[in-house]
Amino acid sequence: MKEAVVVGASAAGLAAAETLRRQGYAGKLTLIGEELAAPYDRPPLSKQILASQWEPDRLVLRTEIELAALDLDLRLGVGATGLDLAGRTVALADGTRVPYDGLVIATGVRPRRLPGQGAHVMRTVDDALALRKRLGPGRRLVVVGAGFLGAESAAVARGLGCDVVLLEPAPVPLAHAVGTQVGQVFAEVHREHGVDLRTGVAVSAVTESGVRLADGTLVEADEVLVAVGSIPNTAWLDGSGLTVADGVVCDEFSAAAPDVYAAGDVARWHNPRFGETMRVEHRTNAAEQGMAAARNLLHPGEGKPFDPIPYFWSDQYDMKIQAYGYLRGHDSVEIVDGALADRRFVAAYSRAGRLVGVLAVGMPPKAIRAWRVALTKEER
Amino acid sequence: MSMRIELDEPKCVAAGQCVMVAPDVFDQRDEDGVAIVLDAEPGPEQEDEVREAAAVCPAAAIKLVER
Ligand SMILES: Cc1cc2nc3c(=O)[nH]c(=O)nc-3n(C[C@H](O)[C@H](O)[C@H](O)COP(=O)(O)OP(=O)(O)OC[C@H]3O[C@@H](n4cnc5c(N)ncnc54)[C@H](O)[C@@H]3O)c2cc1C
Ligand code: SF4
Repeated sequence: MKEAVVVGASAAGLAAAETLRRQGYAGKLTLIGEELAAPYDRPPLSKQILASQWEPDRLVLRTEIELAALDLDLRLGVGATGLDLAGRTVALADGTRVPYDGLVIATGVRPRRLPGQGAHVMRTVDDALALRKRLGPGRRLVVVGAGFLGAESAAVARGLGCDVVLLEPAPVPLAHAVGTQVGQVFAEVHREHGVDLRTGVAVSAVTESGVRLADGTLVEADEVLVAVGSIPNTAWLDGSGLTVADGVVCDEFSAAAPDVYAAGDVARWHNPRFGETMRVEHRTNAAEQGMAAARNLLHPGEGKPFDPIPYFWSDQYDMKIQAYGYLRGHDSVEIVDGALADRRFVAAYSRAGRLVGVLAVGMPPKAIRAWRVALTKEER
Repeated sequence: MSMRIELDEPKCVAAGQCVMVAPDVFDQRDEDGVAIVLDAEPGPEQEDEVREAAAVCPAAAIKLVER
């Protein structure tokens, strides 16, 4: 390999580029990113940045010196617009073409939107700064979607003194992921903090004065944040011949085609540990999959399947939520330590009698670690 | 070359990935799970693990100063 190209300059792309160098790759290395900013971290956007506890300079993932040490051809502010698999080139928005003999796709996701103008979303540092400018005591914020992103933002906005309405179509927030019992606890915590959480409510559009519900009711707002999931950034791969199905479809090595790998939020790969195809939007997975993709790209014959136990955390009020495994497929939940009522507990998720995930709130690391180890030992 | 570990504590999100990768070098506080550096100047046999830990840390909280 002499010309490695990484498309997407964020958590996954950066990890891939660094790993290539750390593993001794000395050829040309091009890192292409649509955003103008150097690689930065997203999880603090809906936490410390929105809360004005941090300024954006704290988000940078690597210093200029560290980036320079990678000896990159760093192309920021220019998106990839096409991929020619046979000719082995990536086309860029500025009209140039970059040849590759090894490619990592790490273009992430973008927020799903609703019909109508003027709503905020939360994906980039600009998004977070635009919303935070508009928040403050007495401001009325409507958050559409009570997933982790919406819930974190609602919590921060309450902390800033906003009136917050949180609208969720499901009867219990996050029930599909964490189960009804645990979802109920999250709902209670929001209500105790004064969030007007309304469940079973579908929003049809954003309007000038707020949002319109499916039944025609208007909910007024000064600001609206839409947090209803995301869409993989794969438009640039249309017609390339790669299989795209809610993400770039990859095998267990994160390979999408010979010498082409995908990593991070954009990748849908087969995780042999769970025997399932999954796409996870988790910060640690982005880094770990970027690393795995780079290793497998360098050493294709001896590739190691990428079989992580997904890990996710979320901070809401003083509640620290940590989840390991693949909770979505569970058919039963058991509280195995602590108590839901105390907001300190470990919930174990299983499917067909096998442990598939663990979620902990407010527990010391050692109590969680035993369960992490149990997850790694579970036979598939 | 030797290596020194600097932890940016306020950035740490208590993920514990570092402890899983390099258990001899990192631990976590019981109260809040924030990482503790057990050995700020790890020996050469641990450097690979430590680099891996810094790379997987989801908060970019582990800085390595190599001299
Ligand atoms: C507000 C917020 C809070 C979060 N909180 C948590 C949390 O608490 N815990 C957790 O585990 N995870 C959290 N996440 C998820 C985590 O940030 C993501 O999993 C991670 O950023 C994924 O990294 P990535 O590199 O795969 O994709 P991204 O970070 O989306 O990066 C993809 C990059 O590719 C660029 N790009 C897109 N299209 C092109 C193109 N055609 N050409 C070139 N470049 C392109 C994009 O501009 C972007 O910079 C949060 C995410 C957000 C937005
Ligand atoms: S991996 Fe990073 S965020 Fe997680 S405990 Fe270690 S230092 Fe903290």
